[in-house]
Order: sequence, then structure tokens, then C-alpha cells
Amino acid sequence: MQSIDGSLDTLPKLLIHNAKVIGARPAMRQKDLGIWNTWSWAQMLEEVRAFSVGLAELGLKRGDKFAIIGSNRPRLYWAMCAGQALGAVPVPVYADAVAEEMAFVLAHAEVILAVVEDQEQVDKVIAVADRLPRLGKLIYDETRGLKDYDHDRLISFADLQAIGRKKLAADDECLAHWEAGVVEGKADDLSVILYTSGTTGRSKGVMLTHRNTIVSARNANAFDCLDQNEEVIAYLPLAWVGDYIFSFVQAYVAGYCVNCPEAPDTVVQDRREIGTTYAFAPPRVYENVLTLTMVRMADAGAIKRKAFDFFVGVARRWGEKILDGEKVPLGGRLLYAIGRFFVYGPVLNQFGLSRIRVAYTAGEAIGPEIFRFWRAMGMNLKQLYGQTEASVYVTAQPDGEIYADTVGTPSPDVEIKISDKGEVLFRSPGVFTGYYKDAEKTAEVLTSDGWVHTGDAGFFDAKSGQLKIIDRAKDVGRLNDGTVFAPKYIENKLKFYPNIREAVAIGADRDFVGVMINIDQVAVGSWAERNNVVYASYQDLAAHPRVYDMIASHVDEVNRLLSEEEMVAGAQIKRFLILHKELDPDDGELTRTQKLRRGHIIDRYSPLVEAFYNGSSAAQISTQVTFEDGHKGVIAARVAVRDMKTYPVRATKMVRAA
Amino acid sequence: MRAPSSGDTALGEVLLAVENVSLSFGGVRALTAVSFDIRKGEIRAIIGPNGAGKTSMLNVVNGFYQPQSGRITFKGEARNSMRPYAAARGGIARTFQNLALFRGMTTLDNILAGRALKMRRGLFWQLIRHGPALAEEVEHRRRVEEIIDFLEIAAIRKIPVGRLPYGLQKRVELGRALAMEPDLLLLDEPMAGMNLEEKEDMSRFIIDVNQQYGTTIALIEHDMGVVMDLSDRVVVLDYGRKIADAAPDDVKRDENVIRAYLGQPHGVSV
Repeated sequence: MQSIDGSLDTLPKLLIHNAKVIGARPAMRQKDLGIWNTWSWAQMLEEVRAFSVGLAELGLKRGDKFAIIGSNRPRLYWAMCAGQALGAVPVPVYADAVAEEMAFVLAHAEVILAVVEDQEQVDKVIAVADRLPRLGKLIYDETRGLKDYDHDRLISFADLQAIGRKKLAADDECLAHWEAGVVEGKADDLSVILYTSGTTGRSKGVMLTHRNTIVSARNANAFDCLDQNEEVIAYLPLAWVGDYIFSFVQAYVAGYCVNCPEAPDTVVQDRREIGTTYAFAPPRVYENVLTLTMVRMADAGAIKRKAFDFFVGVARRWGEKILDGEKVPLGGRLLYAIGRFFVYGPVLNQFGLSRIRVAYTAGEAIGPEIFRFWRAMGMNLKQLYGQTEASVYVTAQPDGEIYADTVGTPSPDVEIKISDKGEVLFRSPGVFTGYYKDAEKTAEVLTSDGWVHTGDAGFFDAKSGQLKIIDRAKDVGRLNDGTVFAPKYIENKLKFYPNIREAVAIGADRDFVGVMINIDQVAVGSWAERNNVVYASYQDLAAHPRVYDMIASHVDEVNRLLSEEEMVAGAQIKRFLILHKELDPDDGELTRTQKLRRGHIIDRYSPLVEAFYNGSSAAQISTQVTFEDGHKGVIAARVAVRDMKTYPVRATKMVRAA
Repeated sequence: MRAPSSGDTALGEVLLAVENVSLSFGGVRALTAVSFDIRKGEIRAIIGPNGAGKTSMLNVVNGFYQPQSGRITFKGEARNSMRPYAAARGGIARTFQNLALFRGMTTLDNILAGRALKMRRGLFWQLIRHGPALAEEVEHRRRVEEIIDFLEIAAIRKIPVGRLPYGLQKRVELGRALAMEPDLLLLDEPMAGMNLEEKEDMSRFIIDVNQQYGTTIALIEHDMGVVMDLSDRVVVLDYGRKIADAAPDDVKRDENVIRAYLGQPHGVSV
């Protein structure tokens, strides 16, 4: 076990410490009514304390669970710490979860209070309240629209703070009592229960202690030399371990400032105003930003476009080498410097990335081209591999040792081994204590000597010594003729094309590989505009023969690339189709963190899957969809299937997968 | 200057009354002896087939058209016709059927323009932009930001409105009207040309404006579903005449209204 200073072993203790040591430095900012409001560590302590005393008045005590539902707002982070100060355990819930999912989590976690963002969340909780006998008061942040609600059950965040402040002012003992409560907290107390969105079945509540999270955060801060001067923007879901560690625990440990955006759709502008130095985003974000850049460049004038293409070429050639501190000829450096002035700098600035010191991507494999593009632009983008069960960090790439297809070396204090079946296992101080109320599932994942099964297949790359993840262990399959079939590998190659948003490769225990594709509406829409393709809706666009032609050319290119790699050459794409609707978490097709739920998709679109293998050139499909407000509708379409030619396998011998 | 407020009055007091208003353009009779009232705090819909005189009615109310006869009583003050300036000063704001925004200006500036009437400092002080003028600007900006927050358009704050999709432009226009802090808000087809989602958003904002700011709203709308859901009372015009004035449910069943929309029963082939 990692040693941890007894006086700084919980987040509330760290808060009090920071308020004392760096009390005047900014701890949090939020943009409200167009203005950035700042709270220093000292001010934040006062806010948290007042709310905490208020929570105690409502009866929250050691060991109780309480829910946090909403987007990234300072008050919701404060609420987490305020509860922890009393020894209670916050349970953040995905704010975009549909009522059913939310009901399950709230009931399973037995929450007795809920701190929610606004009316929307209040409505959702009230709708399922009859299934939550233990749930008491709802505390809301945003008052708008809640005037006519039953206020026996509701109290505003500010009102509860006012109760806390009054109590603190009236009773001299109160402060000492509260502080004594904080001191009572121990490293091995639960810090949080995070419900994983789960690619399979019901979500599970991952229990993490203060020791797990604080040791992981401290190691991570040391690994990347993060200190109190960092600026981060909190925009990822509160219920996701990444946000909990990056925007909360690491900030408390390092003392850096966390900025909350004005609204979920202003993140890019807000990031630009703040100039974040440390960033974390799933590959999708980098992908979207690249797509957006390319689309805008395609609409730009000829001179700008030529200059852009030229300097992107320069960057691809020299950028990464310069970033990694390798030797680069003077001419290359000079061209790169000009490019930085005219192209790279402005592009990065456009998305608020100019001050980035360290940026991470994780959660899914990132397309190598996307990854190299951003690095070539001069952004220190690195990969890490993490899990909720590990308090994020399993492996990370050290500065200067960056490869597009690896996820790095084991993080400090983490041990890794590969099982006989090729599954990655790890052991670390960040390892969770178990799934809440689910000993059976815990036993499946966590061995008695502390190893965790990740469920991912991978191996250590001989050349770099870094871990490589191929796919989910259970997803790596074989075609009927025994060829290794790694679906994600094929999908990622397809997703590199800006026109393709999502791809689902099917082939395990089948004769050949078929792929279902989601087009990217922005990119393909812009392409359609430039090519005089007329369409009425997404569905219309997706079914357009010329869109099929364009996507077919991408698929063909992927087949050619696959044919050059011996391990995967046998699994080229024989047939593909374009889906009539976007895959959506609300329909259970993606997880809340936007990962494919393959099994569910294959079931849902079984008529299309059949069409791949019975040779038909089109299939009828009707799918039920859930709209954001919860009501359901049906979308029906006739989807065409295209045949593709495959390339002869250039590599002669097949290698058995590890 | 703003007309003296009539003080604390019960909800339902008449805010604006139109009596026997007639308006014609040459030989075309746009409105014929129309009378109705708008009560404080309600959402009042004006509906009717194309060319029924709905927009003319709004234009009379906010003083853009001068009726040939009739009387308009606003906040207890009766007059033969409104003047646009007096209407604006008196607290009547409106949006237009075909947007009337400053396309090259940002969302923020467009809404700020709605506060022009509330600006006290003259050109001289504005140019110096110091002391009282600055304080005033800060205050106006704060009010505008509240509206931006209210209408959830923070992400487009600094984007020229000409580049925005139509639905958002409509929302900006509503924002500019709200910036006047009106007592009576006139909306001319706020949902024309919108898709279902945009309509739902706009409906929610209209209800929120009504409930949260207590603003009285009179709106013209073609989407019957929207009208029936939103409004407290509906007045129906046909060929410049009032043919019905009742609660939405009653209007739906009114024979005159059905006839106006669908034609004479024997001529109907639906």
C-alpha cells in the first residue's frame, strides 16, 4: 500500500489545507452571464463548509449516499466535497441518462438526498421518486422554472447554504464540530461510487476510496509535472471517472484551477478564453475538431487552402520530430516556424488549444492519422489507458515516447501482466474495493491477490516496450475460415475518414466481414453541398447512391491498407451498408461515453446483418427510436448493401493472435 | 417617458382594449369594426386564414398603422390611434413575421439594440465612455446577458446573426423584444418556418416569458396545435372581421371558425 500523509488523506482535508496554504489562488471559475466568476481556495472552503453544514441539518451523516445530477458546475463539485466532509459518499449520475437508467442507479445506490442542476433533472427524479422510498430532499442549483413546484421536497442550493451559514454564525461549536468531522475521515473511507455505463448489461457501482483516488492523482501529477499553475476546463460528465479525477481530485492535490463552462455548447469558446494547459478528451473530440477544421478549409479560398495543405505537409514531416526533441535540419525548423505562425498557431487557437502543455486521449483507440495530425500541429497529445476500476491510470505515455498505436508504459506504482489468453491484468494502489452490492461481479473482475481483469486484449510491443490494446478480449474473434478478426481495428481505420462517423464491423463466426457505417452529417452534408447532391434529411442523405459511391472509395482504400498488414489481411471488407439513422446512446446503441454496444446493435439490426450474408442487395429495416424527452417513435427504411472487391493478401503467412 | 404604471391590480385587468377599429387601404378594407381586449398576464392568440387582417391588427396596436376609426385604450389611456414611438415607450415590443434583425451585428449587439430606449446618456457621454456612461453600459449589458442566459443562446453570443440558422434568428429577435422589458409583447408568427423541435423550444420560451416575467403576450400563429396549447384566449379574424373570441376549446368547436378555415360545408372536399 502506498503511504499517504494522514493529514491530507481525504478531499475535505486537502481543501482545508489548500485554503490555508494557497488560499488566495483561484480554485474554480465559472462563466455566468458572460463573465468569469472566480472562487479562491479560501472562498471555496467557505462555500463548501456552509453547504456541508446545511447538508448535516438535512440529516446527511457518515456512510449515507447522495446523488449528484447535472452538468459541470462549481456547486455540484462543492456538493461532492461537502458531503465527503460529513463522511457521506457522493454518487454522480449521468445527467443525460433517461429516467429508467437514473431510477436504477438511484435505487441501487440507496441515495437519501439528491443535488441536482435544474428543473429538467428535478422533473426526472420526481418522475421516478415513487421507486425511491429512501430519497428525501432534492437540492437544486438553478431556480428557473421551479417556482410552482412542491417546495416541501425541494430546497435551493443557496437556501441550504444560508441555513448552514446561519448555523455557523449562531453556534460557536458548530465550526469545531464540522472540522472534527473532517478529521475523522480516513484514507480508506469511500470517496465516491461511480456507476460505469457498461458496454454490457446493467451498470455497476465502482467503489473508490480516498486512498485510491488521491494516490492515483498524486502519481499522475508527478508524472506530468502538474502544479498549481495549470488551468483545466471541466466539461466531461461528472459521473465519469475521468472527470472525477481530472477536475476534482487532481485539482485538489495539485491546487490547480478548474474552469466550468457557461453551457455545454460553449465549451470551445470558453476554453479559448481560459487557455487551458492540461486537457483530456476522448478521441471523438479530437476527431470532431479535425473534421470541423477540414470542412472549414474545404470551404476556404484557393490560396488559403493551398497554404494550409502545404504547411500541414511540413508539419507532418517535421512537427512530431520537433516535439519529441529529435534532430531536425535547419530548413525544416524554419519552415515549421513559418507554418506555426500562419497555420498551426491559428488552428490551435481557434479551439483554445494554444497553451496546452499536456493533452491526453483515452477511452477508445484514436485513429493514427488524427493522433499524428494534432501532434504535428505542435500539441503534446499523448495516450493513456485507464479504467474506472483503476481510478483511471493504468498506463500512460511519457513525454518524448509517443506512438500512435500504443497506450504507454505502466503508470507509477502500477503492475501489469498479460494472461495466457492475451487479456491485460493490472494491480495498483488505485484498484477499486469492489462493485457496490455486487460481490459476484466483483469476484469475476478482482482476484483475491488484487489483480484486475480489464477485459481488453493486448500485448507489450517489443520495439517500444509499451502496451498495445487490440480490442475488447471478447470481441476479438475469427471468421469461419479461422482468420483473425479484430473488429475495432477495422472500424478505427474507417473512422479516420471525416465522412464516416461510426462503423460496426461484423464477421465473428461468419464467412466474411460486413460493415455498417454511420455517415458524419456535417462532413457529408458539406460534401453534398459542394457536389450538388440534393437531400431532405439525414436518412435521405445516407441512402443517396453518390454518398454510397464516395463511402465505397473509402472502404476500398481501407481494404488496400488491410491487405498490407499480414495479421489482419484476411479480414477485408466484402460488403458494407450505410445506416439510415445515427447510432445513439438513447437507443442503447452507444454507451454514455459513446462506445459501441456491439451485441445490442447486431440484435437490433439483425435484418441488415442477415442481408450481408444471404446475398441480398437491399433490406427493409424499421427501428424504434427514443427521443430526448423519452417518447418513442419508429423509423423505417430500405437500406442498400454494396459489394466490395478485396485485394490479394500480400503477406503470405498468417500469424496467430497472441 | 414611461406611462405611470397603474399600480397593484388584480390579474385579468384589461391592459389593452381595441374598440370598433376599422382600417382600409384605399378600397381594401383590412379591418372592419374589430373589438377585443388583452388582459394583463395572459397569452392572447390572434388567428385567422391568410389575409384575415392579423398582422394589420398588430400593426394598429403598436402604432405602425393608423386606423380610420375606432379607439385604442392602453393602460387606461384612450386614443384614436397609437404612435410607434409612444407604443415603444409605453412598453409594447414586437417581433416580425419576416425577421427584422441587423444581420451584420452579433447576437449580443442585436439584443443590446433593444435597450436603446432605456439608455439615458447621450452621444457625448457614450463617446467618452467613462463614469456614469460606463456604469450604465455595464448595467445594460447585464440585462442583456440575463436574456441570453434565459433564451439559452450563450453559444452564439458573438456570432453575426446573418450566419445563424432561421430558428435561432427568431430566438434572437425575441431576445431583442425582451430587452425592452415590455409590458405587452406582440409576436407575429413566432414559429413560422420552424421544424418541430424548434417550435417546441420556442413554445417553452414563450410560456417561460409569460410566467417568469409576467409579460402579457399577444401572438399570431398558424400552427393550430401551438395556438391551442399556448394561449388563454383566442380571437379569430376572417376578412377583417372578428368572427369569434373565446377560450381555445370553444373556438375549436365554433361553427363560424370551422367555416372560415374549411369553407362552406357543402363546398368542402377534404
